[in-house]
Amino acid sequence: MPETILRASHLGITFGGLKAVHNFEIDIKEGELVGLIGPNGAGKTTVFNLFTGVYKPTEGTFYLGKQLMNGKKTHEIVAAGIARTFQNIRLFKKMTVMENVLIAFTKDIRYGLPGSILRTAAFWKEEADIRDKAMDLLSVFNLQDKADWNAGNLPYGQQRKLEIARALATNAKMLLLDEPAAGMNPTETAELLACINTIRRKFNISILLIEHDMSLVMNICERIVVIDYGEIIAQGLPEEISHDPKVIAAYLGE
Amino acid sequence: MDGLTLFIQQIINGLRVGSVYALIALGYTMVYGIIRLINFAHGDFIMVGAYALFFTVPLMIAAGMPAWMAVFVAIIVCAITGVLVEKLAYRPVRAKGTNMSALITAIAMSLFLENLAQTLFGASPKQVKTIFDLPMIFGFSGNTFLTIAIGVVVMVGHSLFVKYTKAGQAMRAVSEDKSASKLMGINVNGIIALTFAIGSGLAAIASLMYVAQYNQVTNMMGSMLGLKAFVAAVLGGIGIIPGAMLGGLVIGIVESLSKAYIAPLTGGLITSAFSDAIVFSILIVVLLVKPAGIMGKNIGEKV
Amino acid sequence: MNQKKERLRKLWVSLLGVCVLGLAVYAADSLGWIDNYIRGIFIQCCFAIIMVTSLNLVMGYLGQIALGHAGFMAVGAYTSALVTKAIGLGIKAGAILPMSNVMQFFIGLLCGAVAAALFGLVVGIPALRLRGDYLAIITLGFGEIIRVIIQNLAFAGGKGLANGQAGQALVGILKMNDIYVIFGVTAVCVAIMLAFVRSKFGRAIIAIREDDIASSSAGLNITFYKVLTFTVSAFFAGIAGAIYAHRGLGTLQHSDFTFLKSTEYVIMVVLGGMGSMTGSVVAAIILSVIPEALRAFSQYRMLIYSVILVLMMIFRPIGLFGNYEFSLYELLRGKLTGKPPRSGRSAAKGGA
Repeated sequence: MPETILRASHLGITFGGLKAVHNFEIDIKEGELVGLIGPNGAGKTTVFNLFTGVYKPTEGTFYLGKQLMNGKKTHEIVAAGIARTFQNIRLFKKMTVMENVLIAFTKDIRYGLPGSILRTAAFWKEEADIRDKAMDLLSVFNLQDKADWNAGNLPYGQQRKLEIARALATNAKMLLLDEPAAGMNPTETAELLACINTIRRKFNISILLIEHDMSLVMNICERIVVIDYGEIIAQGLPEEISHDPKVIAAYLGE
Repeated sequence: MDGLTLFIQQIINGLRVGSVYALIALGYTMVYGIIRLINFAHGDFIMVGAYALFFTVPLMIAAGMPAWMAVFVAIIVCAITGVLVEKLAYRPVRAKGTNMSALITAIAMSLFLENLAQTLFGASPKQVKTIFDLPMIFGFSGNTFLTIAIGVVVMVGHSLFVKYTKAGQAMRAVSEDKSASKLMGINVNGIIALTFAIGSGLAAIASLMYVAQYNQVTNMMGSMLGLKAFVAAVLGGIGIIPGAMLGGLVIGIVESLSKAYIAPLTGGLITSAFSDAIVFSILIVVLLVKPAGIMGKNIGEKV
Repeated sequence: MNQKKERLRKLWVSLLGVCVLGLAVYAADSLGWIDNYIRGIFIQCCFAIIMVTSLNLVMGYLGQIALGHAGFMAVGAYTSALVTKAIGLGIKAGAILPMSNVMQFFIGLLCGAVAAALFGLVVGIPALRLRGDYLAIITLGFGEIIRVIIQNLAFAGGKGLANGQAGQALVGILKMNDIYVIFGVTAVCVAIMLAFVRSKFGRAIIAIREDDIASSSAGLNITFYKVLTFTVSAFFAGIAGAIYAHRGLGTLQHSDFTFLKSTEYVIMVVLGGMGSMTGSVVAAIILSVIPEALRAFSQYRMLIYSVILVLMMIFRPIGLFGNYEFSLYELLRGKLTGKPPRSGRSAAKGGA
């Protein structure tokens, strides 16, 4: 029995009387890939924002492993092991591809102000080490040749990949991908699919994925959770979900 | 003089200064509401208005007209200045710049107006002829009541304008959503220019009220006055018109009361010499506790 | 280890560059070109350089406008002046062993810098919760509050300390106008700030400027880096203040540190280029020397600045240098080997 990585119980948030997410339950095991789907405005991104500390939950709890994550700040949650990407890509556009990844290593760098000012041997060694690590990571995504590019100048599909690389660089155990295939053409989507499979194997990471592209979700997710109006309406294996009358109703708008 | 009379006098003085602040704060808030820019030069529009009064009051008197009629000239001069500043500096920067470059432009325009005035008129203060000569009422100068009355009338008039006229409605529409307004056929740049014209016109009226009290014009007079009015606008909730009026009056009263009472209340630790610092402390507390101001709503960024 | 060799070579070239500059100053000095007037301008350039580069940390790298930098300069100036005064009195009274003026100055300078950094920390923690316009205005407020408080402190006016008088100019301050000392301090300050921005700290700050939500999602503690930058910036403003206080006039006035002063430094940062230390240094020197060279036009100075500033915002909002950094090493490398200078960090980032 693999261990639970991310567990939420009765998780929810209320904005000025409106229950944006309510009674959200999930249990993601080590190495599992779970899809989170639902119609527009169902509260999927809000769930991500709760898991990453952008919003503080007003009800319920969530744990990473055995660690309670409620009320922690985003950077603390990242340090604990949850990383994410964004629906509308948020890269540091004027920084290089390399630097985008280096930023995610910052929390592990031990040299401090004195080290950086005196340019100690430890400083140079750590800088060289994280550059090597970043380069390794970039080559997983086939971005190694573009390390010196401005992130903003990358083609769209590669920007999405770079965002995933940056999230992985935080050394996360749990990866939250917010519509990674949005705006991609079929070739790019296929590439992304292969890429997600690679990183699962290579990093042994659990993934929670929001996606509109049904073929992608049905293809790679082991389990699917469907929410509508902020509440879970169904969950199970892909084929179960695709035949669930509640899900069909929610998508067709009854 | 007994304590109560002193207290009432301080409150009335506070209302007088406060109504000047309120009119200036209105200008800040209108501009901020519509283009999200702190118009640092707004305080200097008061200075422009005051110089206009300085030159036209003697002309009015010579022509046998009441001195206060000069305010109409001041309003026109200020409105033109405001629109020019917007057209020549703010609009081109807004077209391609960031928030930061817009703010820097505003600071630059403030410096420009202050230094232009110094070059043209010198740095020494100019005495303006008496504009109003009113009798004392209940032991207070008539000017004080007149100032408060003008303030109230202008504020009410302005509120009615924004609420009920077509231009006022267009202003509100543009401040809500520029691109939607454009699609609805509103001339967005025209409305922004109009906002500057009205805001600057209000500053001209404020300068009449100020000059009627202090009889003095300098090129730097708008700097501190503008900053305090800005504090008032933030206090009330920047971008919110009733907030500016409320903020102005509150700042005026706080300033007046703190000048009179802060030294005895703190055992002489804080004296009236700190009054500017007190106003800024209010700003800091408001920004930290309720950044959207007394009447504002907090809005977060969408992720 | 090729990289290590190159690093060392770079270091030597930089040191050489600084030495050449120092020698140039020495040559000018021994030729008798440096009289008190030139000395004054030289020192003015030095503290302006430190002020502008340190403000650039906040404006260019962190991407926030701070309008209270003169407040931190004031803290540094007054603290250092009072400390050197106290040391002077202590030596006179025999309580402290005699020491050279330079030593006294350095103790004062360090105290001033630390005091300014503490103020930076105290101001930064609340202020940096805000952004953009609001941060600008709250720093303006803090700057003015600092100034008004100094104005009303008895020990910071008149003869100072126990004999002080509130509201007066502080007089009788130690004079420290040795241009070599000042030059050395300035060079070290700029070097430290460059090292700061070229480390994980600089990287983190730029990332926060680009996108704070993405930064925290990449594990950065945004508040920490923002407050740190602000504190470091205030620290160096304190050093600039200490140089200013001891520049040789012997007096300090609270009115030297109004919000207009802060604005002048903002102008220099903007003209030089936000995010370019080279630009900051050049702008600080030019805008300190030009007003002296054009004394006749001094009354038009701010008028001209303001017009240039607006034109700059319209036609070249990134400033003269953008985020370009001058590198003597790259220049020499190009000249000596005939290879074209490598595109530096900023060049690779260009076009954005």
